Amino acid sequence: MKVLLVDDEHELVSTLAERLSLRGIQADWAVSGEQALALAERNSYDVAVLDVKIPRMSGLELKRRLNLARPAMKFIFMTGHGSEDDFRSCAAETDEGCYLVKPVNIEDLIRKMNELLTASEERP
Amino acid sequence: MALWKTLKPVFWDYVDAAAGPFARLFNFRRMWQLTVLLTVGVAVVPLVAITAVDYQVTQNSIESEIALRTSRLVSNTRRAISFFLEERRSALDFIVRDNSFESLNDPERLQAILNNLKRSFGGFTDLGVIDPLGYQRIYVGPYKLEGVDYSEQAWYREVLERGVHISDVFLGFRQVPHLIIAVRHDVGSGVHFVLRATLDTERFNHLISYPEVAGGGDAFLINRDGKLQTPSLSHGSVLDSLSLPVPALSQNTELVETKDAKGRLNIVGYAYIEQTPFILMIVKNKNELMQPWYKTRLQLMGFLAGSITIILVVILGVATYLVNRIYLADQKRITMLHQVEYSNKMATIGRLAAGVAHEINNPLAVINEKAGLIKDLFTMRKECAQDEKLMKSINAVLSSVERCAKITRRLLGFMRNTGVVAERIDLKETTKEVLAFLGKEAEYRSFHIAIHMEDDVPLITSDRGRLQEIFLNVVNNSFAAMQDGGHLEVTVRRSGEDLVAVTIRDDGCGIPKADLERVFEPFFSTKSGKGGTGLGLSITSGLVQELGGDIRVESEAGKGTSFTVILPITPRKKE
Repeated sequence: MKVLLVDDEHELVSTLAERLSLRGIQADWAVSGEQALALAERNSYDVAVLDVKIPRMSGLELKRRLNLARPAMKFIFMTGHGSEDDFRSCAAETDEGCYLVKPVNIEDLIRKMNELLTASEERP
Repeated sequence: MALWKTLKPVFWDYVDAAAGPFARLFNFRRMWQLTVLLTVGVAVVPLVAITAVDYQVTQNSIESEIALRTSRLVSNTRRAISFFLEERRSALDFIVRDNSFESLNDPERLQAILNNLKRSFGGFTDLGVIDPLGYQRIYVGPYKLEGVDYSEQAWYREVLERGVHISDVFLGFRQVPHLIIAVRHDVGSGVHFVLRATLDTERFNHLISYPEVAGGGDAFLINRDGKLQTPSLSHGSVLDSLSLPVPALSQNTELVETKDAKGRLNIVGYAYIEQTPFILMIVKNKNELMQPWYKTRLQLMGFLAGSITIILVVILGVATYLVNRIYLADQKRITMLHQVEYSNKMATIGRLAAGVAHEINNPLAVINEKAGLIKDLFTMRKECAQDEKLMKSINAVLSSVERCAKITRRLLGFMRNTGVVAERIDLKETTKEVLAFLGKEAEYRSFHIAIHMEDDVPLITSDRGRLQEIFLNVVNNSFAAMQDGGHLEVTVRRSGEDLVAVTIRDDGCGIPKADLERVFEPFFSTKSGKGGTGLGLSITSGLVQELGGDIRVESEAGKGTSFTVILPITPRKKE
């Protein structure tokens, strides 16, 4: 499983990537939307974990643009803000309502990713 | 006073303490007074003025009409009397011119003349001829007056001097009032004689009493000494002295107003009748004459009083109604302002809380990952994994992060307004769940907890999560107030047709009266320094309102507090 992590908090994404790789999940990370798009150009990822609010480009917009490049990619949103607007827009973007409030428990994150992937395998 | 209390409008004693420099705008009593004063002034002053003018004009015109009528009556009557006397004098004049002194000295002839006079004029009683020396030479009539010497008498001298004399009235031989008319006739070369006649005043009286003197009026003649010469209705009979003063001499008809002995106001019209000792007087009672005017005046005053009463009632009513409406509108405005203020406050607090939570969540996430990484690394190295102290520390960091996350999520949840999920809920079950959740603490502090559920409490339709949070907050609040070993009592009962009330009563420290109103305000906490955020009850109140219910608090310092949550059995439709 290959994962792309996007968050403007460098320490957060780098550490999260390292922890995921310790658990045998290959994770790349980016701190901006442009960086994330560039990475997605080069590699293919199964799942992208996006912050809802990143500078210059919202997580939702980034999701649409990644989706164009990689239609098979699955998405999980992370947010520090539990506002209702965020919740609604994320729920609209992702069928399964993959929406986690920071700080995220890494076991929860991995479970969510696995759920997404098995779900997509079940309906090819 | 009791009447005033019931009539007193609600705004009367109202003082808007918060109005500050604009207090004048909200002084409703002043507003009312000003409105009433101005409106009453504008309505009543012209009315009174017009009535007063009308009063004056009408009274004056009535008075002048009375005066005019009286003076006309006086002049007409005077003319009639003058003419009457003149006519008789002329008759005598004619007789002396028509007959020689010699023929008049014949008693038979004189008797014939008297008879003719009686027949043609009437009222003549006797006739006498007085010779130049003043002796009455011949006399025809009821007395034996022949040979009487008149030469020294005043009237005789007057008749010699002026050629004619009309006497005062005196009582004649049948106690009938009479007067004398005498004329002088010059025979030539300084020789003259006098013809004297006595008239009864019967005819006279007709002349005077014929004027229909209205208003209790009276008409009569007096002589210049104030003796009545004709009978009067109310001023005495012939030859009585008149109670009124003798009016001043005047050539013309005069009017004066006098008061008589009984204090009545009289209008007296009088005229001196030329060449006679008579003064014609017409006396009218002014009050009597003014009677129709008094009646009209009474109606006028009644109309004025009635109009003013109606105007006052209407103005007072309308002013009170309008000012009351303004007052009520203002009260509504104040309530709205308070509501807006309160919801603004709540919104600001919500935004602030959410902002803080968000800002804290990001560094918290970093701490979480870093600590997680450290833990991962430790777990992988055997020497570290077995170091209990290290593992304990890192677990403590992670669980602290988890606690912080719980708090921030709750703060965010305070703002997140996800829709209410409606379920059928048994309130007893829900409260039991909540109490079970807090069971450890209750056990530890040995609280006595009792739940009373009345039989007729139905299942309600509401949001389970919110209900749990509400009860949790309230019970937590109670626990914080209670001493170890305290008592907590939860009562669930039906409250009216479609409401259920849950009362949570403790015997804790209670809330001082001054604080009671503010317990639902955000950030109002008495647990200062003990970890209270002051948000618990505020959030609870918001949640109860979301469920369409109401929360009330009663408390007595030192005795305990009771919170009552009132919930609808079925949620009300949102308007």
